Amino acid sequence: MILNVALVAIGGFFGAISRFGISYWYKKHFSTSFPFATLFVNLLGAFLLGFIIGKGIDQHWQLLLGTGFMGAFTTFSTFKLENIQLFVHGKRKILGLYLGVSYTFGILLAFLGMRLGGL
Amino acid sequence: MVYVSVGLFGVIGALLRYFLGLSIHHIWHQSFPLATLLANLIGCFLLGWITAYLSHLNKLYPYLMAGIGSGLIGSFTTFSTFSVETVKLIQASNWGTAILYVLISFWGGLWAAWMGYVFLAKKQERGSNG
Repeated sequence: MILNVALVAIGGFFGAISRFGISYWYKKHFSTSFPFATLFVNLLGAFLLGFIIGKGIDQHWQLLLGTGFMGAFTTFSTFKLENIQLFVHGKRKILGLYLGVSYTFGILLAFLGMRLGGL
Repeated sequence: MVYVSVGLFGVIGALLRYFLGLSIHHIWHQSFPLATLLANLIGCFLLGWITAYLSHLNKLYPYLMAGIGSGLIGSFTTFSTFSVETVKLIQASNWGTAILYVLISFWGGLWAAWMGYVFLAKKQERGSNG
């Protein structure tokens, strides 16, 4: 149990830092109203978690890389908060595109990852 | 420094999600992914509320606010698990549950973030103004 907790904690530490680093770097270099940084981490994370699950790696690796790292690397709350902020600022087209691309490609990439991992 | 704060709070967020999953696992035996949904909706509400209502604290405690918002709540909620769970439901031909899961996440997440970001913030503004 203590080992499991430690694995999730270590994964969560690096997952959160990686997401923050990518979004910080993006905001420093680009100023678009489309939230590409969150979209990028979420789609990449969905694909990689799919791959991990498809590989069927053992439970400890799954806790470290899946529950810990990928769980923390991707985020649902920031995604939804950005949705609301786009809505409040009247950017309906970007909002529609962001929602559509996130859900469609998130699920497709998770599927693709699982398939490739299972090969 | 801000990276350390985000990382340490990220540990708390990931562990809370892990423990929520373990607790739900004891009481919920359906195929519907209740644990992830709960973590995601609670996180949406809290992040909306913190962003709208505690944004003035950003200048005072930037490391703390980045830690709580991006670290704790960002790691508590997850998009990757949501996507993989949806695929698993579809692969099990559990189409009804998959569609229900996506719809509740889609609209429920928007609603929860909205409640935190707009509704509660306004209510508290009115309250503090008398």
